[in-house]
Amino acid sequence: MNGLVPVKMQLAGRGVTCVRGGREVFSGLDFEAVAGEAVAVVGRNGSGKTSLLRLIAGLLIPAGGTIVLDGGDADMTLPEQCHYLGHRDALKPALSVAENLSFWAEFLGGERCDAAESLATVGLDHATDLPAGFLSAGQRRRLSLARLLTVRRPVWLLDEPTNALDVAGQDMFGGLMREHLARGGMIVAATHAPLGIDTRELRIGGTA
Amino acid sequence: MTALAALIRRDIKIALRVGGGALIGVLFFLTVVVLMPFAVGPDLALLSRLGPAILWLGALLASLLTLDRLFMADHEDGSLDLITMSRTPLELACAAKALAHWLAAGLPLIVATPVLGLLLNLDMVATGAVALTLLAGTPALTFTGMIGAALAVTLHRGGLLMAVLVLPLSIPVLIFGVAASQAAITGPLSFGAPFSILCALSLVSLVIGPFAAAASLKHGLD
Repeated sequence: MNGLVPVKMQLAGRGVTCVRGGREVFSGLDFEAVAGEAVAVVGRNGSGKTSLLRLIAGLLIPAGGTIVLDGGDADMTLPEQCHYLGHRDALKPALSVAENLSFWAEFLGGERCDAAESLATVGLDHATDLPAGFLSAGQRRRLSLARLLTVRRPVWLLDEPTNALDVAGQDMFGGLMREHLARGGMIVAATHAPLGIDTRELRIGGTA
Repeated sequence: MTALAALIRRDIKIALRVGGGALIGVLFFLTVVVLMPFAVGPDLALLSRLGPAILWLGALLASLLTLDRLFMADHEDGSLDLITMSRTPLELACAAKALAHWLAAGLPLIVATPVLGLLLNLDMVATGAVALTLLAGTPALTFTGMIGAALAVTLHRGGLLMAVLVLPLSIPVLIFGVAASQAAITGPLSFGAPFSILCALSLVSLVIGPFAAAASLKHGLD
């Protein structure tokens, strides 16, 4: 074909080995995800699900192997094209909901959507001026999700994303993930609970 | 640039809000300087001779007081992960954070100096000299202290490590800061020489600090 057809984006890890605190967490792990696909990383506690996400996000250095993103923006590194949603919400209790979100939108840069609209989507539009310190755990999670919507990134790395979300919130989040995949994004999620979307399973460390 | 401006704005905003810590430094500075005349006694000549040293010591300790939290808060709530991943080079992000810290915690110390100079029997010229040397010297304290703050995050040790690592680095700043102030007040040495060295220390730390802090943070990723 010719150059006009975009290469289908693909995230691939080959022989990835993770060592933490002198202990080998996993070794020789192969995985891949293509645009529009969600990968659910499963495994027992301590099998290295979070470590794998942090390896992809560039927050850990792999002891061996490579992780590459093909067909993404050639000018940017893999972490720069990722959204990382970890256990910690990266919110400042002293700042209001809107201030937290607009800070991340300005700091992360790139293609942006309307922050107010994102807040409405995650159901926080009634609390924009409330300091984030007063939010419940579920509301904090919703605010973090609004960050994923406000700043467009092709790869979402989600660590137990449905934690603390109520049933309605999980449904809403399922819809957001489906939309993201339909736009050609990809998702790698470490999870114990079903995500409510079709996923390819990646099991680490043998059967649970 | 928008990213860095956003980071600076955010840090200043947090520092100025309730529980933010910008005022802690000034209050500490005030406490040290207000108590000093009571400790030294009613000898006005002695007090004005010690004045610049007391102001410098107070400012140094006050600026170190809040510095160990520079990266710790961002580390604890996960912000540091996102800052590390972002398109902004980590060195520039570190420099922006240090600048914000200096604006929120260092600048108020300099503004407070003329008032506190009165308590130490310093005249206008002397207070002005101390304020000027603080303006030139406190950036060095912040930017070298940032290295300690980054190491405190990396090595999971808080204030103790900070004091051990950063205090030796701040000694030259203290020496030349006080020397420049004394030279302006009593002579006989010229003001220019120690003041130039003080400015040089600030400029060097402005360059080295962000790189060292970013290297420490990158090395300590976990």
